[in-house]
Amino acid sequence: MQSLLARLNKYSGATTAIISILLGMVVGAIMMLAAGYNPVAAYNALFVSALFQPYDLGETIRTITPLILTGLAVAIAFRTGLFNIGVEGQFIVGQLVAFIVATQLGLPPVIQVIVAVIMGGLAGALWGLVPGFLKASRGVHEVIVSIMMNFIALYLSNYLIRTWLAKGADSTPKIADSPPLKVDVLSQIFGGSRIHLGIFIALLGVFVMYYLLYRTKLGYELRAVGYNPRASEYAGMSVKRNIILSMMISGSFAGLAGASEVLGTSGYLSIEAAFTGIGFDGIAVALLGGNTPLGVIFAASLFGVLNYGGGNMQFEADVPFEVIRVVVAAIILFVAANISTKIVGRFRKQKGVKKHG
Amino acid sequence: MNVVEMIGITKRFPGIVANDNINLAIKKGEIHALLGENGAGKSTLMNVLFGLYQPEEGEIRINEKKVMITGPTMANELGIGMVHQHFMLVQPFTVTENIILGDERSKGGILDIKQAEKEIQKLSDQYGLKVDPSAKISDISVGMQQRVEILKTLYRGAETLIFDEPTAVLTPQEIDELISIMKNLVKEGKTIIFITHKLKEIMRTCDRVTVIRRGKVIDTVDVAGNDENTLASLMVGRKVSFSIDKEDAETGETILDIQNLVMEKGNGVKVINGLNMEVKAGEIVGLAGVDGNGQSELIEAITGLQSIKSGHIKLNKQDIANQRPRKITESGVGHIPEDRQKRGLVLDFTVSENMVLQTYYQPPFTKGMSIQFNEIDQFAKRLIEEYDVRTPSIDTPIRALSGGNQQKAIIAREVDREPTLLIAAQPTRGLDVGAIEFIHRKLVEQRDNGKAVLLVSLELDEILKLSDRIAVIYEGVIVGWVDPQNATEEELGLLMAGSALEKEAN
Ligand SMILES: Nc1ncnc2c1ncn2[C@@H]1O[C@H](COP(=O)(O)OP(=O)(O)OP(=O)(O)O)[C@@H](O)[C@H]1O
Ligand SMILES: [Mg+2]
Repeated sequence: MQSLLARLNKYSGATTAIISILLGMVVGAIMMLAAGYNPVAAYNALFVSALFQPYDLGETIRTITPLILTGLAVAIAFRTGLFNIGVEGQFIVGQLVAFIVATQLGLPPVIQVIVAVIMGGLAGALWGLVPGFLKASRGVHEVIVSIMMNFIALYLSNYLIRTWLAKGADSTPKIADSPPLKVDVLSQIFGGSRIHLGIFIALLGVFVMYYLLYRTKLGYELRAVGYNPRASEYAGMSVKRNIILSMMISGSFAGLAGASEVLGTSGYLSIEAAFTGIGFDGIAVALLGGNTPLGVIFAASLFGVLNYGGGNMQFEADVPFEVIRVVVAAIILFVAANISTKIVGRFRKQKGVKKHG
Repeated sequence: MNVVEMIGITKRFPGIVANDNINLAIKKGEIHALLGENGAGKSTLMNVLFGLYQPEEGEIRINEKKVMITGPTMANELGIGMVHQHFMLVQPFTVTENIILGDERSKGGILDIKQAEKEIQKLSDQYGLKVDPSAKISDISVGMQQRVEILKTLYRGAETLIFDEPTAVLTPQEIDELISIMKNLVKEGKTIIFITHKLKEIMRTCDRVTVIRRGKVIDTVDVAGNDENTLASLMVGRKVSFSIDKEDAETGETILDIQNLVMEKGNGVKVINGLNMEVKAGEIVGLAGVDGNGQSELIEAITGLQSIKSGHIKLNKQDIANQRPRKITESGVGHIPEDRQKRGLVLDFTVSENMVLQTYYQPPFTKGMSIQFNEIDQFAKRLIEEYDVRTPSIDTPIRALSGGNQQKAIIAREVDREPTLLIAAQPTRGLDVGAIEFIHRKLVEQRDNGKAVLLVSLELDEILKLSDRIAVIYEGVIVGWVDPQNATEEELGLLMAGSALEKEAN
């Protein structure tokens, strides 16, 4: 018990996550019981339908892809002590610019996709630069500016789609017959699902974040500034420069998420009345993943499974999808409230009582 | 009667036994000192007593009854109060509001602030604390804030008070006041456990002292009949010398030359007001002064952390005023900052990572874009060995090191860079006598190697012992230079209180 607790303590981030997930699922189960559904059957349906057929697995991976990238975006800003709530807007401009490059420049096919992905990332970086710069130079809180930038992105995108890209219609034509990031071989392996190359971009992103944070001098600075700006200043780092860079890197992950979605899944843009919520999902992913690269993969996978499997659960176990929303929300609440530390703490106390008494 | 008894307490942290089968008995009405090197396990033991840590083994008895202390609230109920080194006060609140925070006694849901204020005033008078219950925390001095912490424990009914290095943050005058407060407390029947590294303070105030070394109790002895030397050698396990041998300074060129320095605060108030001073190669200049007379601002100006209004700061004849900190560091300035946790360390970084805080971007620590952790680790290993930094490993977050070992890590880092100008601000605050001896020798060694050293300290002993020349700062100007060989603490004290200025004015 001693060593198990010590070990749990060491990976307290992971413990928190696992305990929160279990508790969240218990909450969902209680709801289902109260509403007269069978939770065992429901969860069974959920996981089986998300993972066991190649087609479903491919679709689950497709759902996970943007979650990884937006999760990384939130996580890396957080490591520098910044709360990038602008992932939503950076996602939108990434999507917009990638679409424009893919449809308007008339580049040769393969180059066109590569350039579109890169430009999408850069557009996100630019969108992150604005709040970063204003924070560094004028001390304006990044949350306020990011929220504004979200609205600018949404309406700018709508405007350009209506007046230019869709020529008055509500949505644009498709880039091509099939989205450019979708490759047939991959689809076929996964039962003809819509899985696309975006997952590799996302996994590369995870590697980049890891390498950047823990293996480069820039990462050393970003972490130092996040932990202690006053000591970073003492050490001769430019806190402002790091704030700006961090927001740009964060924005570029979000922009890549947008590019990968439009180039891999939908293949067209449409006018949106409201935010897609993908940026906010990123916050949840980062939170559950403890802002670490590996944690982000796990958290994104879990949410991806819940989201995709939840849809099927509705058909197979006849349980409404809203239950899954509740499960996700409960998980996040438990993580945020850090319930698990209390539980582990209680354990320890009981053990102490036995020793002493 | 023993009010507190700790029997066979063992507390482990990853890679280290912080308390190893410790026995400690505190008698009612005594002032009992805990003495031990940095990292010996004193704070850990007190955190166990206060319920912040649960020990793996051992038992605690309060008033001869076995108890389980599961948390600070429980400790309070058992009559144990703790004054932490870092105060936990809410700045914009008043003294009263801070004291009743978390222990609000209400009548039918309504807080009776007036009643609380009365009670606090009564407690303050009873123990001679001289605290104004309606003052705002942000308006009162550090020493006064500490007394608010003391009141807080008394208000919660503490019978035994734990003081963890209370004097490390105080000026000499404030220390005197604190000691008389402690004596009042025991006169009124309280019991005190007192952690300090200053043997003089133990000799002046304590009845008994328990010496801890590397997590084990070495002995508990009466203070009467022992002297500082015996205590020091008990604690370190060898003889410690309190004096330092140094030859006369062989000074060279002027390294630091400050002319007509003026600095303003945000509101236009001048904190440095036309200051002139110089430090030569091969000498230690001590800057003496009462806290808050511009010492911190002066240091931050030299190191580029604050900008100046006018004047010159020359390092090796180059003006470095208002340059970036990195530029200044690179031109040969080392800085042991006065606030080690806020300025000097990234507490969540490992020991290794902290050792290269200013040099991480240079070879061999960085090649191209990528950080070379192997090189950094080797470097860190060498430093912790050379400077005797006690840490379970170089991968431990530096937050987990004892206060004194954090300081040794900073000193290792700054001295090892061999800066031409070394600024040491409160370099031995919170360090044990062995470590102080070591650091003093390092500073003198720097001087003997022809470096310029600027020592800023509130400890007059330290200034007198180490300096070749002493500059006295008062209200942002140097009011006099003193030769440490023919100066006494009294003379220095007078200058520090601003008497030279008055003389000139007459
Ligand atoms: N939370 C913690 N996690 C891991 N190790 C710790 C923790 N707290 C203390 N330690 C280790 O336990 C040992 C004892 O530390 P402690 O703070 O009790 O020393 P101390 O006697 O108070 O020293 P100082 O005089 O420097 O304050 C040290 O080696 C320290 O590194
Ligand atoms: Mg301590």
